[in-house]
Amino acid sequence: MCAMRPEPGHEQGASSPGWKAVLTPEEIRRALSRIAHEILERTHGGEGIVLLGIPTRGVPLARRLAERIGEFEGTPAPYGSLDVTMHRDDLRLRPARALQRTEVPSGGVDGKTVVLVDDVLFSGRTIRAALDALNDLGRPRAVQLAVLVDRGHRELPIRADYVGKNLPTAYREVVRVLLDETDGEESVLLGERDQ
Amino acid sequence: MKRHLISAADLSRDDAVLILDTAAELASVAGRPIRKLPTLRGLTVVNLFYEDSTRTRTSFEAAAKRLSADVINFSAKGSSVAKGESLKDTALTLEAMGADAVVIRHGASGAAHRLAGWVTGSVLNAGDGTHEHPTQALLDAFTIRQRLGGSGGTPDQRGGALDGVRVTIVGDVLHSRVARSNVLLLSTLGAEVTVVAPPTLMPFAVDTWPCKASYDLDSELRKSDVVMMLRVQQERMSAAYFPSVREYRRRYGLDSGRMALLPEHAIVMHPGPMNRGVEIAAEVADSPRSTIVAQVSNGVIVRMAVLYLLLGGAGEAAA
Repeated sequence: MCAMRPEPGHEQGASSPGWKAVLTPEEIRRALSRIAHEILERTHGGEGIVLLGIPTRGVPLARRLAERIGEFEGTPAPYGSLDVTMHRDDLRLRPARALQRTEVPSGGVDGKTVVLVDDVLFSGRTIRAALDALNDLGRPRAVQLAVLVDRGHRELPIRADYVGKNLPTAYREVVRVLLDETDGEESVLLGERDQ
Repeated sequence: MKRHLISAADLSRDDAVLILDTAAELASVAGRPIRKLPTLRGLTVVNLFYEDSTRTRTSFEAAAKRLSADVINFSAKGSSVAKGESLKDTALTLEAMGADAVVIRHGASGAAHRLAGWVTGSVLNAGDGTHEHPTQALLDAFTIRQRLGGSGGTPDQRGGALDGVRVTIVGDVLHSRVARSNVLLLSTLGAEVTVVAPPTLMPFAVDTWPCKASYDLDSELRKSDVVMMLRVQQERMSAAYFPSVREYRRRYGLDSGRMALLPEHAIVMHPGPMNRGVEIAAEVADSPRSTIVAQVSNGVIVRMAVLYLLLGGAGEAAA
């Protein structure tokens, strides 16, 4: 949920002119497999981890990572979703938004290693809100961040632990992540704003 | 959503479903170790209560505080209203104090509407005379959806409305702002509403309301999914509307014998405060079918949802 992602306009498909595909479905799959391995490596076999996706597209990504970890290690990782709407710093800039689902696995987050999962890391403000939201849910032992795309232009001192693709962008450009679960197609697109 | 919540008629079906969905999400906050969200930090909500109220005022206060707003309680007793200050002057005083929202309960119908013309903040009607009480209708709709399941939503009830749910509202419909708001809101959500009252307590223009009307409680109970009992409002009755409490109870009171007429799944609601032994028998009020306690706890989360949607974002003008 990067602040600059254009909310309307998801209906534009990958074929629309002006959009350049930067990740294909296979590349997304490989990136997620690599991230899953990296998570296992960094957390010593995924002990005590909880994957929390940030709606909308972080949630299916968290589920996919949890499934990969299950395939690699035999025990699936608990996953859930974390809505950050009520903690955002730009609430007063736009009309009130509908809340998304927050679902924490039954074990809670206390003493766990929480891996936040989002599609695009941009300003870092969504992650700041997620850290605050997480704080209200309990006290994790550690918090890590996994993103499919890091497009730069951070406005806060926040950095991802696991990155699918580092994508240098111009500020005016827009990154769109399309996933089967939410959009019915699978790709990462780069385009100019106001198309 | 509009800037104010004066009448249940202000809400479109989409608005109402959005409020119910937001409330459903906020319900999970109540189960967390920290039951507070930072969303309305720095905003001031004034509770302006000209009539006595326990649950509505405390419910709004709890809702605002859980969203980190500052709450100022203002009750007419012991204030300058007792010295003769008018509603308008009180409103201008609150305005000068920087109220972002005013929750008003007043004995005069239309007071909330008048207030909305005088202040720049949002106005939430918490009951104006015999006119409306929209947040009560919203929490009732939320309770119905929670207990009976919604129509057309996802399996977790998101997006669901109340299409086809048969709701019977019984009692003092004439004086009841709860009944009026519920008829408007529940019919917007697709429910089939019937009001049942003694002829003396049936509003004159009930045929213009989006509901059916009946004088016969027993026949309506058999085909109800929800029965909502209204309080007999002695304080608003200046004339004798029925011969005796005993006769009212026999014809329009809900006792365990009448409750047995209801279908298996039906629920019994009451907005409170109850007159046990008048409109509702004690054994009915305490039965598992009764949602009266759930209505109170749902009241807080529904009011949180309304406050968030009215105050949480930028105003319509800035959007």
